[in-house]
Amino acid sequence: MNWEIIGIWLGAVLTLMLYSFLYRDNPFYKFAEHLFVGMSAGYWVIYNIFNVLKPNFWDELTGAGDGSPDYFMIIPGIFGMFMLARLVPKIAGLSRMALAMIVGTGAGLSLVSTLQTNCLSQIEGTIMPLSGVGTMGFIDNLIVVVGVVCGLVYFFFSKPHEGLTGKAAGVGITILMVAFGASFGYTVMARISLLIGQAQFLLFDWLPTMGIHL
Amino acid sequence: MRLFLPLVITFICGIVMILHFFIPHRPISTIGDGLTDWYMIVASAAIFLGAANLVQVHVHRINTKARNWKYSPVVLIGFIAMMATGLLWGVEETLPFDYMFQTMIVPMGATMFSLLAFFVASAAFRAFRASNWRATLLLASAFIVMLGRVPIGGMIWKQIPIISEWMMQVPNMAGQRAVMIGAALGVVATSLRMIFGIERSYLGGAD
Repeated sequence: MNWEIIGIWLGAVLTLMLYSFLYRDNPFYKFAEHLFVGMSAGYWVIYNIFNVLKPNFWDELTGAGDGSPDYFMIIPGIFGMFMLARLVPKIAGLSRMALAMIVGTGAGLSLVSTLQTNCLSQIEGTIMPLSGVGTMGFIDNLIVVVGVVCGLVYFFFSKPHEGLTGKAAGVGITILMVAFGASFGYTVMARISLLIGQAQFLLFDWLPTMGIHL
Repeated sequence: MRLFLPLVITFICGIVMILHFFIPHRPISTIGDGLTDWYMIVASAAIFLGAANLVQVHVHRINTKARNWKYSPVVLIGFIAMMATGLLWGVEETLPFDYMFQTMIVPMGATMFSLLAFFVASAAFRAFRASNWRATLLLASAFIVMLGRVPIGGMIWKQIPIISEWMMQVPNMAGQRAVMIGAALGVVATSLRMIFGIERSYLGGAD
């Protein structure tokens, strides 16, 4: 049995089932959609077991990693069980402990990392020279600096957008409109490239299995 | 007590992670590293919770013969097939689990996302109206960026790809940065509210 050909056919049939939605909602689409949901869920559970739980929890707890068992790993194990307690209504309250741990650690982690990468680094990147960069460099850098400052003014709602603040907010929304338009165009093109990839798969991988060569 | 203990846990974990960044020395660094590992393990339990919930929902749909219940067995079969192949044979390349991932999940994922191209285009056609000059600007920048990313753009006018690239590098960057900085300040404020127990909605909306 040629597993490669079977794999191509599986992929192609499922692709066509999903594309059938472009005509209208139909049982073929629903079948493939539900299969995708189920298989994806199964995939992520297995991925989680082999890539997160086994190396970080089980191997550490049993000492399969470096040879010495780390019994402190029982604590996250218990918290993990608490998380699953949500499935049992009588003890569902225990899941708050696990949730509290995730939220607290996540908040602490994201506070520092977000502040560093999305705030301070972006501010640092916005401090641009306006001299010695040529005319185009001057214009570009000015647009970036003014755009960022005015964009932030637009998001500042503690002061009414009137007078100078209103004008700055107006410039900000203009820059944001251009940015949203560009991001939209970029996202659409990324989707189109996936569409081209799937079309190529059907034309150049699947059709040749039936003896049709383009 | 119902809320007190979770709030204490949140506070301690949050503060330890912040201290871990500012004091990268023992014992804080050891506790912080350990907590990061624990976080990964406990958070991964949420995936099991999600999977169990998915199974519960679809079994319930089958039992009650809810609308479109006939597709629920497909979800369960897909889920069980992936679980069984992964647990029985492992996840290495060329094994059944990887084969099913490569031949079924990857094409279905790519198709699902590529379908969005049609929906986004149709939604844009209905929503984008050049009603004022700013909306026109949004429309024009999207059009130029799209045109600049395909060969026909350069064939129409060779400056289009250059303008498209400039739009991505300058105005788009300025706008994205403003959004990013604003969102980051929001994340910081929300994180602090959570750590200090002001924001408690994650505990079930209790005050």
